[in-house]
Amino acid sequence: MPLANTPTSVPVEVDEGKCIADKGCTVCVDVCPLDVLRISDLTGKAYMKYDECWYCMPCEADCPTDAVTVNIPYLLR
Amino acid sequence: MDDLREGLNEVECDLLVIGGGTAGPMAAYRARKKNPNAKVILLEKANVKRSGAISMGMDGLNNAVIPGHSTPEQYTKEITIANDGICDQAAVYKYAQQCYSIIEELDGFGIRFQKDENGEYDVKKVHHMGTYVLPMPNGDTVKKALYRQLRRARVLISNRFMATRLLIGKSGRAAGTIAVNTRTGEFLVIKAKAVIMCMGAAGRLGLPTSGYLYGTYENPTNSGEGYAMAYHAGAKLANLECFQINPLIKDYNGPACAYVAGPFGGYTANSKNERFIECDYWSGQMMQEFYNELQSGNGPVFLKLNHLHKDTADHIEHILHTVERPSRGRFHEQRGTKYSEKMIEMHISEIGFCSGHSASGVFVDEFARTSVAGLYAAGDMASVPHNYMLGAFTNGAIAGEDAIDFAEEVDFDDFDSEAVALERERVLAPTRREDGIPPNQIEYKTRRLVNDYLQPPKVTAKYELCQQRLAEIRDDLENRMVVRDAHELMRSMEVASILDCADMAAFASLYRKESRWGLYHYRSDFPDSNDEEWNCHVMLSKQNGRMTCEKQAVQPYIIPIADDEKDAYYKQRITAQA
Repeated sequence: MPLANTPTSVPVEVDEGKCIADKGCTVCVDVCPLDVLRISDLTGKAYMKYDECWYCMPCEADCPTDAVTVNIPYLLR
Repeated sequence: MDDLREGLNEVECDLLVIGGGTAGPMAAYRARKKNPNAKVILLEKANVKRSGAISMGMDGLNNAVIPGHSTPEQYTKEITIANDGICDQAAVYKYAQQCYSIIEELDGFGIRFQKDENGEYDVKKVHHMGTYVLPMPNGDTVKKALYRQLRRARVLISNRFMATRLLIGKSGRAAGTIAVNTRTGEFLVIKAKAVIMCMGAAGRLGLPTSGYLYGTYENPTNSGEGYAMAYHAGAKLANLECFQINPLIKDYNGPACAYVAGPFGGYTANSKNERFIECDYWSGQMMQEFYNELQSGNGPVFLKLNHLHKDTADHIEHILHTVERPSRGRFHEQRGTKYSEKMIEMHISEIGFCSGHSASGVFVDEFARTSVAGLYAAGDMASVPHNYMLGAFTNGAIAGEDAIDFAEEVDFDDFDSEAVALERERVLAPTRREDGIPPNQIEYKTRRLVNDYLQPPKVTAKYELCQQRLAEIRDDLENRMVVRDAHELMRSMEVASILDCADMAAFASLYRKESRWGLYHYRSDFPDSNDEEWNCHVMLSKQNGRMTCEKQAVQPYIIPIADDEKDAYYKQRITAQA
């Protein structure tokens, strides 16, 4: 059977103005236990690639520029 | 990142520790301390800095045996009773004797524990009988402090490698592991003289009602690989039918934590604002009362703090919102719920395996040795009951010290290189398909069936239906699962472990034909406990390629339990309401 992509709103939000991934920072990608964050080839900034979040918050706590916010995802609100 | 690459490397070490959460770092650290010449590798699927159940820290110790407050004898007795008599006391007693020295060691690492005005540990009573709960005011720093010690002890850390199968040598000893890089799919074979598994709970077994596969009570990286790998290596697993089920905040996957609130006067209440259990310490017996209340006309169940002074309620809220699961604060903020104003609705978690809270684990003795020579287990995946974080640290330390001595005495046990080739093929099979079923759908279906059929109350006919359906899913997993990148490859291996754990949960539960541990193993068609037949461990293992269960006698008690104490944990319900 063929595969399709289904849209989903994800909890991790990155402020691209503050994110310094384009200068080589990978802290949030490194610390995420679920390994769901990546650096975008397009923008050079961090983003949440996979909707597999535990809302645990190391990405937000360890970000050196306070660029990351972990929101409570919609189904839990 | 994530593109699949071909690759196979091999390294050797004296001791391999798999899992860098709580028990693993302590095991590796203590092994290096004991034998500074030994080569110790710590393998971690995520990153040791922030991995495991205490990724964001912990708000306190749930089971601290501190001189002047409690004794190892009292603690051993309490846990034996809480675990409904099925307890090899030697491991619990040893933990109870050693955990105080671990607290002092952690204190030396800079992890502080609450002290009173006289400088004494400020231990609180939460359990039914004894006093064992010690708050940790800077509990958010645990992982940082541990990581610093690992670097100082020069433990070799390999992050983002997921172990998939243990290697067993020709003389039957643990010989290492096969691992896959979670971002490239390249293989790593690690040869070792001894292996310690510290791979956490099987927390992704039941499906949270929120609909999020990863919205589990446990850190969802803890998907049961330890249980599955130990099983395939021929190790015995104990009491898997003693599920973990915990009280949670409704919708939010963090614990409701009457532990934290209890000492300040908070408690679990029903919808009539009434307390219905005397003791908020988590046990199967307590969960049965919780479940009964939830289903009754007095349900649902709440965490009640709104009778306390606002400053007290706010203080508890502050602790709960900063450590262990800090997104809890954000959850309540969004809902507009304040602990000081109204009761907080609670619910029960999905099922899992986790000896940290219950007793389901790879069987170990008081040296953390499994039934396979040279293979150790510690933390949530090892069978020492009600272990919690301090148990993971203490038993990790015990495992590290015993294993490094074992490694000193033996040479590498040669293994069949064919095993590596076969395992590579098993792991990579889904990457060779053009289309098929993605891992997340196989996972959803497996875990939905776990909820539909395996969640207590346990019913024989439902369990047998579940086994048939799980066999169909196994056929899909082995023949039709498709994987497109390295990240999905990791998920595909996790779902294989989840399916193994679901099968083991069903098999062990059907074997024990009685009810025990309250809700954890409540069988509607065998509602009573039967000490004559079942006052024993149920050991599950793979024999001649087939899942098998057998009885194993409970070791004679070191600390005797009087007849009138045995049922203390069944006397939790408050009968006369004030």
